Amino acid sequence: MLGGYTITVSITIGIYIILAISLNIITGYAGQISLGHAAFWGIGAYCSALLATRFGVPFWIGLPMTIAITAMIGSLLAIPCLRVREDFLAITTIGINFVVQAVFLYVPFFGGAMGIGGIVSPFSTSSFFWATLIFVLLCIALDRWLVRSWMGLALESLREDETAAAISGVDVVKFKVAAFAIGSGLAGLAGHLYAHFMTFISADDFGFPQSIVILSMIVFGGIGTLRGAILGAVILGVAPEIFRPVLDYRTLIYGGLLIFMMRFQPGGILGDQSLLPRIFRVVRQRGLAPVKSGG
Amino acid sequence: MAFLAVSSLSKDFYGLKALDRLHFSLEQGEILGIIGPNGAGKTTLFNIISGLLRPTEGQIHFRGVPIHHLKPHQIAMAGIARTFQIGKPFSNFTVLKNVLVALGHRFYPGLLSSAARFEKEAHVGEARELLARVGVEAYQGSIAKNLPLGFKKQLEIARALALDPSLLLLDEPMAGLQYEESERLAGLIRRLQEEGISIILIEHNMQAVMDLSERIVVLDHGVKIAEGSPEEIRTNPQVIEAYIGREERVA
Repeated sequence: MLGGYTITVSITIGIYIILAISLNIITGYAGQISLGHAAFWGIGAYCSALLATRFGVPFWIGLPMTIAITAMIGSLLAIPCLRVREDFLAITTIGINFVVQAVFLYVPFFGGAMGIGGIVSPFSTSSFFWATLIFVLLCIALDRWLVRSWMGLALESLREDETAAAISGVDVVKFKVAAFAIGSGLAGLAGHLYAHFMTFISADDFGFPQSIVILSMIVFGGIGTLRGAILGAVILGVAPEIFRPVLDYRTLIYGGLLIFMMRFQPGGILGDQSLLPRIFRVVRQRGLAPVKSGG
Repeated sequence: MAFLAVSSLSKDFYGLKALDRLHFSLEQGEILGIIGPNGAGKTTLFNIISGLLRPTEGQIHFRGVPIHHLKPHQIAMAGIARTFQIGKPFSNFTVLKNVLVALGHRFYPGLLSSAARFEKEAHVGEARELLARVGVEAYQGSIAKNLPLGFKKQLEIARALALDPSLLLLDEPMAGLQYEESERLAGLIRRLQEEGISIILIEHNMQAVMDLSERIVVLDHGVKIAEGSPEEIRTNPQVIEAYIGREERVA
């Protein structure tokens, strides 16, 4: 069986995978760049923590409530994002991140600098691992359903060309809000798991640097693809454990990595047009050819 | 009642009058040509009709209903489809997926219908038929950005037809096409008219626009300087002045 340390790291990675999948829906599919995704994660975590500690709401009832509330706040916060595109959208989402974090930090209701502690996890660590795994699988299923649906097609058409999408019958405002609602709802799920796993949360956990880490995951793995989001979350989730001796330079390494990827593999490791998937496709075609001719 | 009625339509861009109290109308089933020198306001007019721009003043009525305050997707749903002068395909989508996006206009409004799978055989088959109608079905699996210009333009027409439009706005569909390509496109435009689609055609290719249109509106600096049959337009001194007069001054 897995050791306690491995389980802890695995749960963290599971939460990161959910975050990467959720940001990938907003930024990868719908093309709405967000540099403030940790804000939605934080809203989910604080909502979950408050429900649990102030109102004694059990884990399984708090779960749908947290997802719904985060999705609702996410769609409200999307409204200022509707009027801006690209770099201005990036700046707006950074602003949202700082505002949300400041609210957690300075409004006494949210525990101020002390954060919120005393959240009781309903599971043992190993059960928590299995629960997280199930939620990751559910998120993957949701993602697969989304990309095959008309809604997913509408989201991707916004990324490709907003004007062309609009004149093709895509309600731009509705589907942008939908992307933010789904993405922030899933980030709320990640926040719910995080709050109950850590049992203590504070505003520092959900700052701008965390948003960059989540964005790095999908850029590194391959933006706009599910496999890329998962791989990026796994690699960048494991990296701090491996690089623990050089943890102080983590930001430097992430930054360097991002620049390297942008220069040499802008599609990420597993992006559709990246080197590895292309090699894989060639190998698969050649590998299959003899089988076809033989049978 | 006119099928499409544009009345005293003006558009100012920071003091520049791109359109100045433009009046014209279109009857159902008609092909109306719009010509004019560069910067005459032709594309601005399309952008306003299709909801991408709001007019500064004036109204547009489509089948008697005002549409100048509607959003682009609402105008698309109402049955007005358009193409762009510089192609605007969904670059990284396949040709087939490009058409599917517009076919989705029936499914986007409802929550349940938009949650359904889009790659069903019925939808894919319908998209293929549209591609066949404009003659790009051979490219259905290609990535749109890799298409030659002529096929990109035809793809845009297929995408526009996926909206099942009753009015089609074509912005310089002949530009950059080879002779045979533009002949084929002219044939397609005539077939679409026979199927009952009304068409407004912006075109610099005079031969094509004169052959296809029943009526022509001439714009210059946002003002309508002439309107009439191709024969009337060809001999109109003001039109000749707008096109040729200025070149003489330069020379």
